[in-house]
Amino acid sequence: MKHDFDVIVVGGGHAGADAAHAAARMGARTALVTLTFESIGVMSCNPAIGGLGKGHLVREIDALDGVMGRVADKAGIQFRLLNRRKGPAVQGPRAQADRKIYREEMQREMRDCPNLTIVEGEAADFLMSGAEVRGVRLADGSEISASAVVLTTGTFLRGLIHIGQVSRPGGRMGDKPSVKLAERIDQFGLPLGRLKTGTPPRLDGTTIDWSDLEVQPGDDDPTLFSFLSSKVSAQQISCGITHTNEQTHEIIEKNIGKSAMYSGRIEGVGPRYCPSIEDKIVRFAEKSSHQVFLEPESLSDNVIYPNGISTSLPEDIQHDYVRSIKGLENVTILQPGYAIEYDYVDSRALDSRLAVRDVPGLFLAGQINGTTGYEEAAAQGLVAGLNAAAVALGRDPITFSRSNSYIGVMVDDLITRGVSEPYRMFTSRAEFRLSLRADNADQRLTPLGIEVGCVGAERKQAFEAKMSALAEARQDMESVVFTPKELVTAGHAVNQDGKRRNGYELLALQQFDFDALVALRPEWGAIDEASRDQLSKDAMYANYILRQERDVAVLKRDEQQRIPTDFDYMAMEGLSNELKMKLNAARPDNIGQAGRIDGMTPAALTLLLAKVRQSRRGMTA
Amino acid sequence: MMDTIFALSSAPGKAGVSVVRVSGPAAFEACRVLAGDVPARRVGSVRLLRQGDEVLDEALILTFDAGHSFTGEETVEFQVHGSVAIIGALLARLGEMPGLRQAEPGEFTRRALENERLDLAQIEGLADLLESETEAQRRQAMKMFSGALGQKAEGWRGKLIRAMALLEVTIDFADEEVPEDVYPEVIAVLDGVMAELRVEITGVAAAERIRTGFEVAIVGAPNVGKSTLLNGLAGRDAAITSDVAGTTRDVIEVRMDVAGLPVTFLDTAGLRETEDVVESVGIARAKERAAQADLRVFLLDDPSQGAELAEEGDILLQAKADVAGGSFPGVSGKTGAGIAELITAISERLSSRVAHAGVATHLRHKRALQEGCDALEQARDLMLQNVEMSEIVAEEIRRAVYALDSLVGRVDVEAILDEVFSSFCLGK
Repeated sequence: MKHDFDVIVVGGGHAGADAAHAAARMGARTALVTLTFESIGVMSCNPAIGGLGKGHLVREIDALDGVMGRVADKAGIQFRLLNRRKGPAVQGPRAQADRKIYREEMQREMRDCPNLTIVEGEAADFLMSGAEVRGVRLADGSEISASAVVLTTGTFLRGLIHIGQVSRPGGRMGDKPSVKLAERIDQFGLPLGRLKTGTPPRLDGTTIDWSDLEVQPGDDDPTLFSFLSSKVSAQQISCGITHTNEQTHEIIEKNIGKSAMYSGRIEGVGPRYCPSIEDKIVRFAEKSSHQVFLEPESLSDNVIYPNGISTSLPEDIQHDYVRSIKGLENVTILQPGYAIEYDYVDSRALDSRLAVRDVPGLFLAGQINGTTGYEEAAAQGLVAGLNAAAVALGRDPITFSRSNSYIGVMVDDLITRGVSEPYRMFTSRAEFRLSLRADNADQRLTPLGIEVGCVGAERKQAFEAKMSALAEARQDMESVVFTPKELVTAGHAVNQDGKRRNGYELLALQQFDFDALVALRPEWGAIDEASRDQLSKDAMYANYILRQERDVAVLKRDEQQRIPTDFDYMAMEGLSNELKMKLNAARPDNIGQAGRIDGMTPAALTLLLAKVRQSRRGMTA
Repeated sequence: MMDTIFALSSAPGKAGVSVVRVSGPAAFEACRVLAGDVPARRVGSVRLLRQGDEVLDEALILTFDAGHSFTGEETVEFQVHGSVAIIGALLARLGEMPGLRQAEPGEFTRRALENERLDLAQIEGLADLLESETEAQRRQAMKMFSGALGQKAEGWRGKLIRAMALLEVTIDFADEEVPEDVYPEVIAVLDGVMAELRVEITGVAAAERIRTGFEVAIVGAPNVGKSTLLNGLAGRDAAITSDVAGTTRDVIEVRMDVAGLPVTFLDTAGLRETEDVVESVGIARAKERAAQADLRVFLLDDPSQGAELAEEGDILLQAKADVAGGSFPGVSGKTGAGIAELITAISERLSSRVAHAGVATHLRHKRALQEGCDALEQARDLMLQNVEMSEIVAEEIRRAVYALDSLVGRVDVEAILDEVFSSFCLGK
C-alpha cells in the first residue's frame, strides 16, 4: 500500500526537529506534524545548549549531520568550554543561545530540508492497521498515513502546571495538552510513570541593577559545537551572577507550605540535579546562599532567565523572594516560575531503536521517555528518526553501543534500566569516557553516518579531508623514532629503558607537548594546527584506552550473546520473582544489557546465559 | 514453575538419625501428603509418615517459610531413623510426587546463592566449614560463612563510592558551586582503604595456611631419630624406622591436629654426604621441602653449633635426649621425653602467625585485593603529583572497584550519583 509519507514525526521540539531532519536525510519522505510552524525550535526552559555530557551528545548529533549543533552555533551568544583545565575527555562545550535566533535558524533548517513537509495541526489519534501504527489522524479529522510514526510530544501527556495553589492542565506555558493522544496511548497498555520539572520566573532585564553584579564572560577562544562551524555568528554577551541571601531563604521557608511541591499537590518525581529553590533550602538548610546566573534569553529582547531559582511558589511570594536578591530589588517578573507534572512512558518498553516493542511502527523520543534536556531529546530524536526511516525504506536497524557513543550509553540506560527521575546525561555514566570524547565524535560516528546515508556531501568531504590530513600527520610522527639517549641529550627526562619511541608515542608522555616535538624535529612544524591538536588529544589517553579495550571486548562479547525476543523469563527456574519481573519489563536484547539491569547478580546472569544457550540449541536442533 | 528438589542431607548409610531436605514450591504439599498436615513453622513436630495405609517411619518434621530457610524457598526437613531401607523408601516416595526431583550435588547451595541468601564468599566459607577438620579451620570458615568478608567489603565499597563521588562532582558539576580541590579528602579515603586492603592481603597467607594446613619439617643427620620422633608425635608407625642410617629416602607426611591447627609433619631424608645416587636425590628433595615448610624442627647432635638450613623462628633440639643428655632442650621419640614441650613450642610459633589471618582466605580474594590496591596506589600517586586530569584518577579508582567487584559487588554509576546528590547542593 502506498502511504502519504514514509515517516511521520509528531512534535516540533528538539526531539522532533532532529528526528524529522534525520529521517529526511536518509531519503525517507517525512512529515513533521506540529501545532504551529512557529513553535518549531522553541526553547521552553533554559536558553542554553550543551554542557558536561550534554555537549558530547550535541557533538555526536553533529557528527551524524544532525541540526542541533549547527543551529546552536548560529544562535550562540556566549560560548564556554567547561572543565577547560581538566583533560579533553571531560571537557564539555556549552553555549548560551539566543532564543529567537535559535528558533528562526531551526525553522529555516526544517523549511530548507529536502524530503521534509511541515504539517500544521494537532495529532489526535493514530491510524492503526491491526496492532500496527500506520499514520496519524489530526484533530480536524484529516488522515495522514506512513510506515512509521515518531512521537515526540514532550511533557504534553497529561501535563499539569502548578503555580502555588493553582493547578491547570497544560504542556509548556501557553500550550494545550494532548488529552486525546494520551487516551490512545493508554489503550496500548504501555507502562507509564509521572515526573515533574520546573522553571524559574522570567525577569525584565531593564529593571535589574547590573552595576554591582559579578559578570561571567564567555571564552576568548570560543569552542563551537559543529565540526563544520568555524566562527561565531551572533554578537557575544556576558551573563551576570548574583546570590540568594538569608532574607531570601527566610521568605521561602515561611511560605514553604504554599509551594505546590511542598503542599502535596505534586506526585511526580523531580530531578535531584536541578532542584527548585524550595528544595535547595529545605534539603541543604546549612547553606546561607545559593548562586544565581542571570542569563539573557535574546539579543532582541530584555528577558532574563535567572538560572538557579526554579520554583512552584505562588506569584506574590516569587515576587517577594526575587526582590530580596541583590541587583533584583526593583525587578519586574515577566512570567512567573512554575512546576509541571507530566506522564512518561517507561522506556524499558522500547528497543535499542527506540521503537515500542509491542506496537510496530511506533517510535518514541525525548521527554516522553523520561529524559530531560534539549540535547538528550535531540539525540533520541536522531536515533528514532534514523530507524523510522530504516523501517520505511526496508533497511537494517541503526543502533549505537556504549563503547562508541554517549548516544549508545543513553539509549542503553533507558531501555535496560528505565528511569526513576528525569534522566540527564553525565560524563560519569559513560564507562569508556576516555575514548568517547567531544573532540573525536566525528571520528567515532561520521563513518557510520556515511555508511547508513544520513551524512550529506559537504560533511563527508570535510571529514575525509580532515581524516587524511590526520592520517598523514600521524604517519609522519610514527615514522621517526628516538632512543632515550637522544632524548636526554635534547634535554628531556625520560626513562633510560632502551625503548625507542616514535613521535606519536612521545606525545602520549606527560612531559611532551607538540612544540617540544617540533624542537626535536623541525619538519613536524609543517603539521597543521587542527591535526596537532587532535593528535595530542588522541595520544593523551592512548595507554588507558589500550587497557580499556579489554573491557570493550568483554562488553562486545556479552552483546553478541543475543536473547530471543520471546524468551520466557517467568518460566525460568532459580531466579527470584523480583528479578524475573525486572527482566520481563526490560526484555534485554542481549546478555550485556541483562547484566546492567538493576539487581542482577553474577549467579543469575550465569543462569540466564546457560538457559539462553540451551534454548538456542533447542531451536537449531 | 520451578522444580521442588529433595535429597538426603546427612551422610549416607546407617545412622541414628538421617535428614531428608525438601525445598521448593511443592515442599509443603509433599509434607501434607506424607504427614497428613504441614506442622507449624520452625518448631519440631512429630508425625507418622505414611505411604497409603502403610507407615514409613515416625519422623521429626521442621518446616520453613520462603525467605526464612537456607535456600530461601519453602523447605521441609524430615528427620527419620537412619535406616537405609527407610531412607530409600522415603526418597522413592518423594520422587513419585509431581514437580519433585532429586537435587543435583550442590543444588541447595546454588539456590541459596540465586535467592541471595548467601553471597559468593559465604558459599566459599560454607564449603570450607563442611571440609573443616580442626578448630582453627572451623572458626575461620564460620567467620567467612557469617559474612565477615562481605561486611568488610561493604565498608570499602562505601568509602570508594565516596571517593568516586568527590571526583565526579568536580567533573560533572564543574560549573556549579562545588569544592575546588577534593584531592586531600580523596587521598585520605584511599589511604584508609589501601591500609585495610594491605592487612587483608598479608592475612591471606596465614588464612590460606589455616585452610590448607601448615607444614613442619623434621630435619637432621641420618639416624638422629627423626622418624622415631615422627612416630612419637603421631602415635603410630607412619615412617619406617630402623637403626641403619639413611632409611628414609623419600619425604613422609603425617597430618595432625596441633592445638586446633592443621599441621602436616614432614619426615625428610637424613642430611649427609653420600655416593648413593638414590639417596642423594632423596637428600636434595629433603632440603627443598624443608626450605618450603612453614617451620623446621632440627634434631642435632650438638644444637649449640646451630644448623645450616635453620631460619629465624625454627626449633633446634638435642637429638636422642634419652641417651645424649646435655643442657639444650631435647626430645626422644623413644621415651617420649620432650614431645609435649615440642608440641607446645610448635603450636606457639604457628599460632602467632595465625593471629595475622584476616577474613579473606582464598587466593581468589588475594588476587582481587592486590589488583585493587595497585590501582588505588596509581590513583593516589597521580593525585600527589597534582595531576589536574581527575578523569584519569577516576579511571584508576574505577579499575580498583572493577577488581574488587567480586568482593564488594558491582558499584554502578547510580550509587555514585546518589552520593553526589545527597552530599552536594547541585542545580543552577
